[in-house]
Amino acid sequence: MTHERRPETAGPQRHLSPRELDRFNECVLPYLDAAHNLARYLLRDAHDAEDAVQDAFLRAIRHFDGFRGVDGRAWLLSIVRNTCFTRLRGRPSSGENVEFDEEIHIVEETAPGPEVDLARRAATEAVREGLDRLAVEFREVLVLRELEGLSYKEIAQVSGVPIGTVMSRLARGRKQLLLALGPPRAQGNR
Amino acid sequence: MLCDDVLERLSPFLDDELDPLRSREIQQHLDACPSCTDALGRMKELAERLRAEAPYYPAPDSLRARVSQAAWSDASRGRVTGRHIGVTARGWLGAAATVIAIVSGTWLFTSLQRHVSFGSIEREVVSSHIRSLMANHLTDVASTDQHTVKPWFNGKLDFSPPVSDLATSGYPLIGGRLDYLRGRPVAALVYQRRKHLINVFAWPDEGVADAETPPRTQQGYHIIHETHGGMAYWIVSDLNSDELSSFGKLLATGGEKGQRP
Repeated sequence: MTHERRPETAGPQRHLSPRELDRFNECVLPYLDAAHNLARYLLRDAHDAEDAVQDAFLRAIRHFDGFRGVDGRAWLLSIVRNTCFTRLRGRPSSGENVEFDEEIHIVEETAPGPEVDLARRAATEAVREGLDRLAVEFREVLVLRELEGLSYKEIAQVSGVPIGTVMSRLARGRKQLLLALGPPRAQGNR
Repeated sequence: MLCDDVLERLSPFLDDELDPLRSREIQQHLDACPSCTDALGRMKELAERLRAEAPYYPAPDSLRARVSQAAWSDASRGRVTGRHIGVTARGWLGAAATVIAIVSGTWLFTSLQRHVSFGSIEREVVSSHIRSLMANHLTDVASTDQHTVKPWFNGKLDFSPPVSDLATSGYPLIGGRLDYLRGRPVAALVYQRRKHLINVFAWPDEGVADAETPPRTQQGYHIIHETHGGMAYWIVSDLNSDELSSFGKLLATGGEKGQRP
């Protein structure tokens, strides 16, 4: 993380060139939703997540000259992820691994509209709560794997850990989530 | 292989992240072991459940607007303030362009084209869209009723913009406002698709044949330009390009059917 803060070489502050802006819009901006989703799961707070994503994007803009290659998604998500972890560390009572926290579990307007049936809503709520209660390292790999479809290698890149660690975190995360969610409901969706 | 060894590797097995040899060993074990197969089934089910039921939190429009605005203004700051850097950079760009022009005329042509579109009406349209989301000034007249929105423009513009009701097709009208584009006041109509807002900018453009361009992307937004019934339309949204295209088509037909002035 700290290596991003290298001294600016060209003048007081560098800015995106028109070509860089094009590239930024093409390679990074399309992953804004993924960035927000990840931040939302890591921080478990809508307001914090928005702030963190905005911070992360400002950093991404500032350090866009450090972006090489083509995988804008992994590059962006790793910045978002680091921004979120920095925030988590700064939270009072280092709020991770809290077993139960009423405030965090406010029901949000995830699926509005009366046409959404209650059973489905309850299912969504159960899964969300199960994820929210996992330790943040497990939540992170599960979101990246199941919701974003990243490979282990990409997850390793985002999280800055070896692939073996990704593998064991996913295995443990899944085990814990299975325990938390209990047996699958009889009328699952298939 | 023992059940314990297999269970420990089920997760990467499911993700197809084991080397082929390991993977085959596990498959062989699974073929013969119902309880490990059960365990794999549960894990699969969990994965499906997460994909189907875990909420996904897309970025709110306001955040999208702030972020793309930040990138855009960073880039324009670079062009305006970087006097010494800018001049040398421009010099270098010029030199590079000359060299490249000699090397490849086609390449220069495309890059020039990009540069032109960079400063064109599309950016103006996107900026207006972003401003409307940011400044809390989405609509001057907030109404889902076309018969309220359309007359509102009377006396404010020197033309009467067609306002279609597309709610039955899943694009409810939110309202309208005055905007300023291409050096003239224009009508901005706001529609919605799920949580995505669509700005439609309209002004008269007589003498142009009916046409529609495929969606283009600028700063992460999709833009469609179409002309029909003597009006030019610029449609912009973060909605996916497929749905925005069908919206464009609806607008073209709905506009003709109903509310021509």
